[in-house]
Amino acid sequence: MALIEIKNLTYTYPGASKPSINDVSLKVEKGEFVLITGPSGCGKTTLCRCFNGLVPHFYQGELKGEISVAGLDTLKHHTYEMAKHVGLVFQNPENQLFALSIEKDVAFGLENNGVDRVEMRRRVDEVLQQTGIYDIRERSPHEISGGQQQRVAIAAVLAMEPEIIVLDEPTSFLDPLSAQKIFEVIFKLNREQGITVILVEHRLDLTAKYTNHLIVMDEGKIRFEGDPRQILSNEETRLIGVGIPKATLLYQMLKKEGLNLNNATPLSSEELADQLLEALKVE
Amino acid sequence: MIVAENVWFSYPSKVEALKGVSLTINDGEFVAIMGQNGAGKSTFVKHFNGLLKPSRGVVRVDGVETTKSSVAALARNVGFVFQNPDHQLFSETVEEEIAFALKNFGFEKEVIEKRIEWALNLLSLTQYRKTSPFLLSGGERKRVALASVLAWDPQTLILDEPTIGQDHEQKEKLRQFIMQLQTQKKTVVVVTHDVEFVAECNPRVVLMKEGKIVADGVGKEILTDPPLLELSSIVLPQIAQVFTKLSELGLPKDVIDIYEAKNIILKAKESRHR
Repeated sequence: MALIEIKNLTYTYPGASKPSINDVSLKVEKGEFVLITGPSGCGKTTLCRCFNGLVPHFYQGELKGEISVAGLDTLKHHTYEMAKHVGLVFQNPENQLFALSIEKDVAFGLENNGVDRVEMRRRVDEVLQQTGIYDIRERSPHEISGGQQQRVAIAAVLAMEPEIIVLDEPTSFLDPLSAQKIFEVIFKLNREQGITVILVEHRLDLTAKYTNHLIVMDEGKIRFEGDPRQILSNEETRLIGVGIPKATLLYQMLKKEGLNLNNATPLSSEELADQLLEALKVE
Repeated sequence: MIVAENVWFSYPSKVEALKGVSLTINDGEFVAIMGQNGAGKSTFVKHFNGLLKPSRGVVRVDGVETTKSSVAALARNVGFVFQNPDHQLFSETVEEEIAFALKNFGFEKEVIEKRIEWALNLLSLTQYRKTSPFLLSGGERKRVALASVLAWDPQTLILDEPTIGQDHEQKEKLRQFIMQLQTQKKTVVVVTHDVEFVAECNPRVVLMKEGKIVADGVGKEILTDPPLLELSSIVLPQIAQVFTKLSELGLPKDVIDIYEAKNIILKAKESRHR
């Protein structure tokens, strides 16, 4: 059985006139790095809330279909049980920060789970370093910038060492270099520790290179799923409003003009530059 | 016109956020303020509508010192859209949210109705007219916040991170709208980390670091200067990254526009064939 299995999921928020998720089926294997994208309002955030049971336990509403995460049926297990397996980083960090200091916020989940002090200290320090907030650990999470708050939210989830991390536009308030560093940290956790990552992002120019399992959603449905090189070179993907990375777009434009580039659609500037150096080589 | 002269600002916690910033923004200009988290960008633009007043130095909006005017009076001319929409939304429906400021400014009922329709349409929100903003997605809430400010048509528009949570289509609409405002000689100031958005718009770029301005110039020059960008924790736009790596071929490095990029590469190919 896959680590995450969703079968024919349809979900409607209380009072909403149409479903936010409409007949979605999905399988994610252990150790995958899955990237979910799609136009604003397509159901990406709602889907994230299903992975740890916030939908439907917290949001209520009407849910049809099956969701199994880490072998647990999310409909039968509470969010606090799911939280041991799934860490969720929200779009808006203010929604998840509440303690008096950054350090306490990051330690909160560990305290709740009865992790011993020495181990807690070790893990908290480690994730504070990884996310670049060690030096401000004693400040209040409400006095820092939006970008720093996002780092605290990510650190708090990493500290729990969950099997699955779900991140909903986790770096939207961060400057580009900091965002890149955070994505590198997440990618490293995925590669080295086998943590399964589900990342929701609009900015594919920063993130497409990390995944080989891309999901494009539109109007509550999965429109495309699979190899990002294939999906991002599909004209229809662009037409539903997905921001194709500029390197990928330029590659397509040059191919159309008859430039002899190889057939592997590039997902990053490095990949495109290598192809161009080859194509423009003086013989 | 907005003039900041040697502006210093400290928060009550004694954190010195601005350290002698001077900047003049003329009517009709489109300026992107960029830089590291905590560089003072949001703090600086909050001085433009008097939300914050300088500890030292002066900010003048159309010749009036912000310390001698109220936020309410300044707001009529300087509209501000916050980074986090939840800091400004409070009404029960999207429609009421947009109507709120219009009523406060004393517009006629018919005008209010027309402005609401216009703003809803512009930001693809018509279907949510009677919906609570809090039932909408993050990206949609951001657009409601934008709609509620655009509706009263201020001379200067300050947008703090307007592209967060927006898909490509919405960003393109925003870009076109800003271009349209330019033709009406409106001033637009965006605070943003979105290098690709800035590369597409190519505005004047002001880079801030640790409470100071470290660079001020055209987007094409600043966004293709790797050492300068690194100093400000910004990465090059993807097209500029490609051209930095192609520099051994003798191609120009200051390219951010995808069509220009295409033409340069095709030309290079042609000249190598001869």
